[in-house]
Amino acid sequence: MTNLKEISIQVQEPGSQRLIISMAVAGFISGIIIISIYMLTFNTIKENKARELREAVFKVLPDVSSMQKLHFVDNKLLLVKSDGMDDDMIFAGYDTKGQFIGYAIQGKGPGFQDTIHVLYGYLSSNRTITGMEILDSRETPGLGDKIFKDMAFVGEFMGLPMTKDIKAVKKGTKSQDNEIDSITGATISSKAVVRIINKAFNIWSPRLPQPGNEPALEIEETKKEANNG
Amino acid sequence: MATDTTAYEEMIKGLWRDNPVFVQVLGMCPMLAVTNSAINAVVMGVATFFVLVGSSFLVSSFKQWIPKQVRISLYIIIIATFVTVVDYSLLAMLPAIHKELGAFIPLIVANCMILGRQEAFASKHNVKYAVMDAVGMSGGFMIALFALGSVREILGVGALFGVDLFGSNFEPWVIMILPPGGFLTLGLLLLFFNWFTERRKQFLGKVAEADRAAVLGVDKNG
Repeated sequence: MTNLKEISIQVQEPGSQRLIISMAVAGFISGIIIISIYMLTFNTIKENKARELREAVFKVLPDVSSMQKLHFVDNKLLLVKSDGMDDDMIFAGYDTKGQFIGYAIQGKGPGFQDTIHVLYGYLSSNRTITGMEILDSRETPGLGDKIFKDMAFVGEFMGLPMTKDIKAVKKGTKSQDNEIDSITGATISSKAVVRIINKAFNIWSPRLPQPGNEPALEIEETKKEANNG
Repeated sequence: MATDTTAYEEMIKGLWRDNPVFVQVLGMCPMLAVTNSAINAVVMGVATFFVLVGSSFLVSSFKQWIPKQVRISLYIIIIATFVTVVDYSLLAMLPAIHKELGAFIPLIVANCMILGRQEAFASKHNVKYAVMDAVGMSGGFMIALFALGSVREILGVGALFGVDLFGSNFEPWVIMILPPGGFLTLGLLLLFFNWFTERRKQFLGKVAEADRAAVLGVDKNG
């Protein structure tokens, strides 16, 4: 009987304490590693994202040499100095003399697979879109990703008059000024981009001040700086 | 098993004989999801390589301190840590590629091939064999990813690594870069692989028979 007891003690499973301790130690070490890699890469990742966004602003607004971020609060566009970005913020672009040129406006909406994040340049003086850039998308590679890879499609948004909502039509059937030729095989993605721009346009056009009353340039954030940073 | 095979053999078996994709049919999720272009497939392969070799090394080094009852959870903690490291490093160094692979990098955690190697191999062998096995297995995984990715990109886009191959007259088979193309290509590759293995077996069988016959013939004559 004692023998049996001894044997059962020998093959006894390790106590729950030991299991908990080993899990805790592993979790603790893993946590430290994850925190360090997060801190190590945090600045690079943030810089990458900020640079991408800034480059996109300068791309969609031609002839712009400096820009500043504006926040829409209490029916007014106010200057923001922080790094953060939210849906109520837009960019204003200025030329070398500090003259206002146009806005870069962001829009988000569902695409074929995931949210598409669009940035477009807009001249409020003559109500024209000057360019469009996809900031973020998960569209099908080779098909839906043509919304930013197909230069013919992207080019259609340069100098597009925005007097009324734009419409995506079948490729080659464009007949009106406000129509966009869709990409063959990526009709849903093309329509999504158009819909996102329309939505952002309709949100922002009543918010923007009358042409001529735009906020003056206060922070110098020049193109050169943006390229370096 | 480890005593009568060399470390080199442990590595080489993962590339062909025990290929994780074509023979063990493991890790199908990333296999089908990210192979729509060759470059995505290669980056996924490299990421998996890093995770598998790193976790095999750790699991094998710490195997006597890992209590049996919680081993799976501990393996997952180790794997998940490596995956997070890969995820953030890619995001910082190759943001464009990270954008393409997106959700599939965190999903390496759930790649059953990696957990499978820890449970079946690394936890039972010493560090040297475990690392060699991991190198071979992830190498085999990479070969399979690349085979699938290049076939799908060539047929679906008419390019390889973004370089146009056929000129403007080529009409891309759009379906190849969509999910059905992944299943089709994988099925055909599996068919080819099994056909090849079968042929090889038959051939070896014939050679052995001929040898035996020759030996018997010599015996009879003698």
